[in-house]
Amino acid sequence: METLTKKTKVKQRLMTGSQAVVHSLIAEGVDLIFGYPGGAIMPVYDALYDVEDKLTHILTRHEQGATHAAQGFARATGKVGVCLATSGPGATNLITGIADAQIDSTPLVCITGQVASHLLGTDAFQETDIIGISMPVTKWNFQVTRAEEIPFALAKAFYIARTGRPGPVLIDITKDAQFGTLDFDYQPFKGMRSYVPTPQLSLTKVAEAASLINAAKKPFVVFGQGVLLAEAENEFKAFIEKAGLPSAWTIMGLSALDSDHYLNVGMLGMHGNYAPNKLTNECDLLIAVGMRFDDRVTGDLSRYAKQAKVIHLEIDPAEIDKNVKTDVAILGNAKESLKALTEMINENEHKNWLEKFRDLEKEEFNEVIDEELNPTSELMTMGEVMNKINLHSNQNNIIVTDVGQHQMIACRYAKFKQTRSSITSGGLGTMGFCLPAAIGAKMGRPDAQVIGIIGDGGFQMTIQELGTIFQFKTAVKIVVLNNEFLGMVRQWQELFFEKRYAATTMVNPDFQTIVKGYGIKTKKVEKRENLEDAVKEMLAHEGSYFLEVMVGKENNVFPMIATGASVSEIRLK
Amino acid sequence: MEKTRFTISVFTEDVVGILNRVSIIFTRRKINVESIAASESEIKGIYRYTIVLTETEDQVKKVVGQLEKQVEVVKAVFHPDAEIVHQEIALYKVKTGVLASGGNAEKIVRFHNARVLSVETEFTVIEKTGHKEETQQLFDDLKPFGILEFVRSGRVAITKPMKTLSSIVESLEELLKK
Ligand SMILES: Cc1ncc(C[n+]2csc(CCOP(=O)(O)OP(=O)(O)O)c2C)c(N)n1
Ligand SMILES: [Mg+2]
Repeated sequence: METLTKKTKVKQRLMTGSQAVVHSLIAEGVDLIFGYPGGAIMPVYDALYDVEDKLTHILTRHEQGATHAAQGFARATGKVGVCLATSGPGATNLITGIADAQIDSTPLVCITGQVASHLLGTDAFQETDIIGISMPVTKWNFQVTRAEEIPFALAKAFYIARTGRPGPVLIDITKDAQFGTLDFDYQPFKGMRSYVPTPQLSLTKVAEAASLINAAKKPFVVFGQGVLLAEAENEFKAFIEKAGLPSAWTIMGLSALDSDHYLNVGMLGMHGNYAPNKLTNECDLLIAVGMRFDDRVTGDLSRYAKQAKVIHLEIDPAEIDKNVKTDVAILGNAKESLKALTEMINENEHKNWLEKFRDLEKEEFNEVIDEELNPTSELMTMGEVMNKINLHSNQNNIIVTDVGQHQMIACRYAKFKQTRSSITSGGLGTMGFCLPAAIGAKMGRPDAQVIGIIGDGGFQMTIQELGTIFQFKTAVKIVVLNNEFLGMVRQWQELFFEKRYAATTMVNPDFQTIVKGYGIKTKKVEKRENLEDAVKEMLAHEGSYFLEVMVGKENNVFPMIATGASVSEIRLK
Repeated sequence: MEKTRFTISVFTEDVVGILNRVSIIFTRRKINVESIAASESEIKGIYRYTIVLTETEDQVKKVVGQLEKQVEVVKAVFHPDAEIVHQEIALYKVKTGVLASGGNAEKIVRFHNARVLSVETEFTVIEKTGHKEETQQLFDDLKPFGILEFVRSGRVAITKPMKTLSSIVESLEELLKK
């Protein structure tokens, strides 16, 4: 009897490499993956067939869609997004999404099939050196050539993807390794000596920072996605509230704080708000939390916050002094760092200083915002669409955006009321990101109202993912703000290239007809008087909904910091 | 900022592809590496790369930060020439005849404290270790006699101020246990 149970147990653990792939995923707690099959990954797909009740596979219409969907999923849930693709073209199609995840610190595990190990380097059918190709855009990658390596490689992949500063990892598995057998025993990865995910917090540095904060007359907090990634939203709020610190978010930091929080002074950067950009060059202390001083945030570095002392709270040591020299760097996880720092700072308010932000905000409202949200012009603006969405949606929204003018408008004007409710391609600026990312976000957070805001250009970059929405009945709301232009590029042509509109005019097909073909409810709004009802109808609709709004063709996004200008040279028009 | 010569020492795990991960950090920033030498360090399983380049200190610091960020890099440090003891090795292949005739070529070899590694009827291989200027001087001096083949290694360097690798690895392994 005893030997019999022992035997069956051993038998159960004996499995093929491809079975080990799916069982490793299940052991990691994964229940949803995105992908596209093909020759070199077929054994894994075959193994998926047996575990469909535990592991759902979403067939996107392109591997790029799978990566962005996995990103949307990861950003909405905080979990690791998983993609599966075949070798060769399947693998290379992942690259844009992987690069996007790398620069925006999104945890992904991408699994690719590879030709059999004896064919490596022979230019075999659909062989491509995906390890070499993906190396510059992955946090880590690894090629598996033996079945027994699979559980360990995947455990390590998940560990690396989600710990420290998160990022994408790629595991390439040769076909013979998928067919091979192994004795399956999944052990979560415990760490490695060459990788310290979270640096140890230095209380001396915290104390130094606290004394700078306590002495500052005009302190200013700039915060990024680090707050979200560390799940430090509450600690962040407690920190800024205790010392009354005006705080501005980067585009990646959106939704880490309530839009309407009394200390939230808006968005930084090229198309951010007037006050936080201008006053960056007036503060006496700049406190950066989980952000990396991207050039779209800083403008001309030689004229960026030169008058201020700088504190940088950051998990990645390579970011310290990379763009902006710091006076005090606090390395560590933002949650712990903020907690420690909050204890050491004095209660304070900076009423007059905060008032300065509010004064400039009024100026921006009068010059820009009012007309954008409540236009007097005949043509509709992107801002008024966002305004209606804000007005009629509840707290449980997730706004996913593509790249261009509509992105800047959506990020500027959407009201964020819960954490992780903004998903956008910030660092790479990948057109085509939104539609698949919205699908992934909705699948990760079915309870949320997921609204994708896309331009007519970007929509056509991954338009095929309408098929995914159709097949999986994904109840996303898609808003295309149609200006019949590659609007953001056109704006630059207008402002910096004497209106020479080279290749930015879009002659678009009838999106309504296309979307109807996918069984999605659609509406096109060409007149202002129909806008509000259409938005209401969209938000109330149970399933997926496509709303196309014809907006002014040559509207511009302001304020703006021109390339090479300083943040304080931000223009209102 | 002025560009000067720096030596970067990178200690990595022994894995396929790590050389590529190290080198793309330079490629991406369009930094030309003057030499690179790699071999196992005093600790089994940890490899040591010695990379020489001429760059601003600021840029070198950033590159070292990026190197250390790589998951399989254990440690990366950089030093100016004054903080290291370094050496290169060069091999020269010349016709045996030019040495055998007892003329100037033999004197040159003696003068440079070079070693004869191998003598064949057709050719002789001479070895010289030293700094690049020294191995280059021997090259220039032998050139009139005809050099059939020449090869020089990348720089290897021992750092003066660094903590020992084993103490670094020990503290990392200690951290891992926690
Ligand atoms: C994949 C990709 N290609 C090109 C660009 C450059 N680009 C940035 S914004 C933009 C125009 C986007 O047009 P549209 O999607 O219609 O949005 P709009 O700006 O009109 O709101 C382009 C071409 C990009 N960001 N991504
Ligand atoms: Mg457009």
